Order: sequence, then structure tokens, then C-alpha cells
Amino acid sequence: MGQAVIRCSGLVKRYKDVVAVAGLDLEVHGGECFGLLGPNGAGKTTTVEMLEGLITPDAGEIEILGLRWAKHERELRRRLGVALQETKLDEKLSVQETVTLFRSLYGGGLPTGDVLDIVQLQEKRKAWVGKLSGGQQQRLAIACARGGQADVLILDEPTTGLDPQSRRQLWGVVAGFRATGGTIVLTTHYMEEAERLCDRIAVVDHGKVIASGTPRELIASLGAEHIVEFALENSPNPLDLAALAALPGVSAARVDADRYMLTVTEVHRAVPELMVELRRRGVALTDLRTHHATLEDLFLSLTGRRLRDA
Amino acid sequence: MREHPLWQMTLNRWRDFYRQPETIFWVFAFPLLLAIVLGIAFRNKGPETLRIAVEAGAGADSVAGMLAGSRDVRATLLPPAEAARQLKTGKVVLVVVPGDPLVYRYDSTRAESRVARLATDDALQRGLGRRDARAVEERKVTERGSRYIDFLIPGLLGLNLMGTGMWGVGFAIVQVRAKKLLKRLVASPMKRPHYLLSYMIVRLAQVPLEVAVLVGFAALAFDVPVRGSPVALLAVAVLGCLAFSGLGLLVASRAQTVEGVAGLMNVVMLPMWGLSGVFFSAANFPDVMQPLVRVLPLTALNDALRAIMIDGASITSQAGEVGIVTAWGAVSFALALRIFRWL
Repeated sequence: MGQAVIRCSGLVKRYKDVVAVAGLDLEVHGGECFGLLGPNGAGKTTTVEMLEGLITPDAGEIEILGLRWAKHERELRRRLGVALQETKLDEKLSVQETVTLFRSLYGGGLPTGDVLDIVQLQEKRKAWVGKLSGGQQQRLAIACARGGQADVLILDEPTTGLDPQSRRQLWGVVAGFRATGGTIVLTTHYMEEAERLCDRIAVVDHGKVIASGTPRELIASLGAEHIVEFALENSPNPLDLAALAALPGVSAARVDADRYMLTVTEVHRAVPELMVELRRRGVALTDLRTHHATLEDLFLSLTGRRLRDA
Repeated sequence: MREHPLWQMTLNRWRDFYRQPETIFWVFAFPLLLAIVLGIAFRNKGPETLRIAVEAGAGADSVAGMLAGSRDVRATLLPPAEAARQLKTGKVVLVVVPGDPLVYRYDSTRAESRVARLATDDALQRGLGRRDARAVEERKVTERGSRYIDFLIPGLLGLNLMGTGMWGVGFAIVQVRAKKLLKRLVASPMKRPHYLLSYMIVRLAQVPLEVAVLVGFAALAFDVPVRGSPVALLAVAVLGCLAFSGLGLLVASRAQTVEGVAGLMNVVMLPMWGLSGVFFSAANFPDVMQPLVRVLPLTALNDALRAIMIDGASITSQAGEVGIVTAWGAVSFALALRIFRWL
């Protein structure tokens, strides 16, 4: 693990009547892919735009590559590749013209053709930006971010709104940059993306980091690896959560919109015990499923809300 | 050179321009259309025959007979009520009531009526036996340079430089800001003055073409002369382009929406359409308004363009006008750069 490339502490940003970021600390290491995971409105975009020097924080410190915005703006702009949430580019320019423009702005870097190969837009190089699909536009945004010899890429929701295939293509591009030693910070509200792509994650909610670590560490912090989810046939009396949590192999129980969720350490012990308990109470199942615990479950246990609809 | 960001930005501005056919129309075709329409509407027609009426009644036939030979007026015999109605609606410009004395009924504030009165009186007096005191020989000329179209073309050139400068820079920049294209550029190591400069360069590159198209067309279609130095004309046009680009930049410096900037630009430009001597001379405005009218950038630009193109003046003789245009440009630029909103 490399040394800290981005370090920020106590970041605060207030808008008129909302506190978008409320004292946020981060440390991103060289060569890693770092994810900011959180629901919409959690303050992710405000945070990365402060990192990108587009928003001035009300309080707090930011240091990137040992440089600060107040003193080293030009140097930072050169070494930081940025893809905004919905990077808008001139629709009347071709892909090739756009990448060439950004190369000239960043002063060098890979030849345009190589960049287009990396983001798999070689075939589209003569197409106007306005004619590209969402996924192609996002890859072009990354191509622009890589136009120079960026050491750090900051990508704000690079896959939001993309179909699964485009998303996987984009993941490939990000992984490719990481493989060449680059450092990446990305925001997402897809837990699957965070788990698959990121070395480390900070879970953000209400402008603060509420948990951070590797995906494995974070999930392990739930104290269990599995989730058992079930629903009952028209049960007038809800089940007693304390009783469910006390079943062997179960570490926590929760109910969310008529669906019960048990955090389980050992599925093979917990499920038979659950069946016995349900039969004893004379209620029938309409649904039963188990899955490995995910970051979604972590977020749910930390905030009581889901990532998507929070 | 090809790798230089300023070159790349300028090149892309240019591409952006020619990939939008509608902007090409406004820059090049619109002024031509104006010139054609106005040139035809106000072309110098041959001597006009004015319609007059002779009230029917005693002696009317003999009056009409004396007027029949006139080349300037054409008389119709009409009953008194009809003659009065036609005078009121402008179908005839004068009514003759036969008798002694002869009565001419006309509106003395109308130039046509006054001409008709002179021509009618002349024809009738001659018919009644008046003789010329001295023989007269007429030599008719139509002076190039003193026709309406000659007045109009330099004004249209100035108007076009104003429009393209304001829209081409002001509107275009706000469009880019409103579409959030600026944000991505600001996040890059772009040198901000380069960005604004790229707009200027593209505008400047278009000026010679704009001037050549309009002046060339006017020369071919209407025989409008360029009496002064073409280089001086181009130099003043370039200066005007820069001044209005600066004004466009100023108008665009804070506006967040295209509707907002369009409104602002109309506020700036509409008064100058009327006040700055495009379609008629600014000298027509009352004396109290003259200081205001004179200090407008378009008035100064039009005066200088017109003096060089039509009167054959030198650029040094237009130092005052050139100074006014330059001052507008310099102040607008300085102010715009101070208050420009990048995000």
C-alpha cells in the first residue's frame, strides 16, 4: 500500500440552509481505488468537488500529492484527472477532437489514439459527442480525464444511469488505470460497484464518514457473513424480534416492510431453528432466501435505511 | 503549434461555428438579405408622377386639359366629395378647384404635395399664358455615394459587426456556461484567458469575410463605391468587432441562462438599432439627444465606416470615432474579466 496521496480532515461545506458536508475525514493511498459509497444527497459530490478545487470548503484541510489548492492550483489541475457527475462536453465536436483538446490542455500524456484504445472508443473517434450513448460519453469523460498524465483520477458517479454492459466496460477502464499505478477516487451509490472495484471504501451519510475500510472488513464488521430474509403468510401478530435474534446462529434481527432480516453467522444452524420456531407459532412462509452479507446490509444496519431509496 | 491549447481551443470554436448552419446564416446571409430588401425598397426610381385631382364643375375640363401635358402630375376629374376623400386618404396629393382665383388644396407638410403644387401651378400658369423669363437647360445626374443604398451599406456593416460580436461571444459563452461545459474546462489546467481569447480570434478571423461579403455584394448589385482605403475600412471594422466582442463578454460575464443573456443583449442592442444611424442619419435626433447618440459605440463605428467608405476619409480624420469605439472595447473587457463567472 502506497503512502497517502489524498488527505483531508474536518471538511465542512454549508449551503444556505443545509450542511452538505459536516466534518469529513479521508485518507486515500497511492495506487488504490477508493470508493465513496452513500445514498443520493449524502454529500459525495460536494466532497469530490472540494477535492477537485471547484468548491471552496468552509472549513477543513485538503492535501493532494502533498499540494494545496491555495498555493499549487496549476500543478494540481495538471496532475488531477477529473470526470464530473455528468461531464458535459461540446456536442458538436468529434470524440477525437475532444480528446486532442484535453491532451493539449493537460500538456501531453498518452497519444490520442492510445487513449481512445484504452476507453474502447477507437471506432467512434469521428462521431460527434452529441451522438454517443451514455456509456460512451462516460468513457469519453474518462478519456478526457486521462488526457494528461494524471496521477490521480477523481470520478463522480461514473456509472450512474448506465446499463450493465456499459458499466462493466467502464469498470475495466478504471481497473486498467489502477493497474498502471494510478490512484482513483470514485463515488457511487451502487454497493456492487464499490465491492467489485474498490480496494477501500468510506461509507458516507449526511456529510460524514460513518464507516471505512476494505469491503471485506466492512462486511465482517456486521459480525456475520450471511443474511436470511423471509416473509410470512398474512400474519396478524408480528414476530418477536428479540426471540428471533436469540435463535442459535443468529446475531441480529430486523423487520423492514413486512420482510424479516436475520444477520446470521451460520446458515446451516440458523435456518432449521427458524423453521422450528415458525412451525411452533403456526405461521407459514411465503418467501425465504439467504445471501452473503453486502455493503447494502451494512448501510442498512448503520442507518436503518437502504442505499437506493434513502 | 498544433498541440498548443490556444490553437486547439480556437480550432474547436471554429468547428463549433461552422457546424451550426444557423449561425452562418446570421453572420453572413442576414445582412445581405437586409441590404437586398432595403436596397430594392429605397432604390432611386425615375422621376415620379404624382396623382392629383381636379374638382368637376365649371372650367374643370380646361384645367384638366392644361395639366394633361405635365410630366410631373397626372390629373383626374373627380366630384368634390370624392376628391376630398382621396386627398384625405393620400390617393391624390393635391386637389385643384377651378375658378378665379384657382384654389389648391393640399397638406403643406408633405413633400410630395409641395412638389405637386409647384408642378401644377407651373403647368396651369403656362397654360394661361405665362412665359419663361430665361431659357433653361437641364442636365440630370445621379451621384454614386449620395443615394440611400450608399448611406445604408456602411450602417449595415456596423450593425452586423455589433450583432455578430455580441451574439458570437456573449451568447455563445453563456450557452457554454448554461450547459455546464465551462465547469469541466475549469477543472482542467486550462489558462482562462486562453479560453476567452479563442472566442476573440474566431471573431477576428470572420471579420474580413463579413466585410468582403457585404461590401462586395453592395458593389456588384448596387454599385456602392469604396472611396477610402480598404485597409482603413477593414481596420475600423476589426476595431468595431473587438469592441462589440468586449461588450458581448461583459453582458455574458454573469448571466446563467441563455434567456437572461438574450434579454440583456436586446437591452444593449435595440436602442442602437434606432439611434446609431443605421437606417437613417443620427443627425435627425434633436440637439439635446446628440451627446448621448454620439457617444454610443455603434454611432461612432457607423460614422467612421461611412466616412471612410463613402466620403473617402482617412482613418486619422476619424480619430474621435475610433477613440470612442476603442474606449468602449477596453472598458468592457477590463470590467468583464473582473466579474466573469467561471462556475
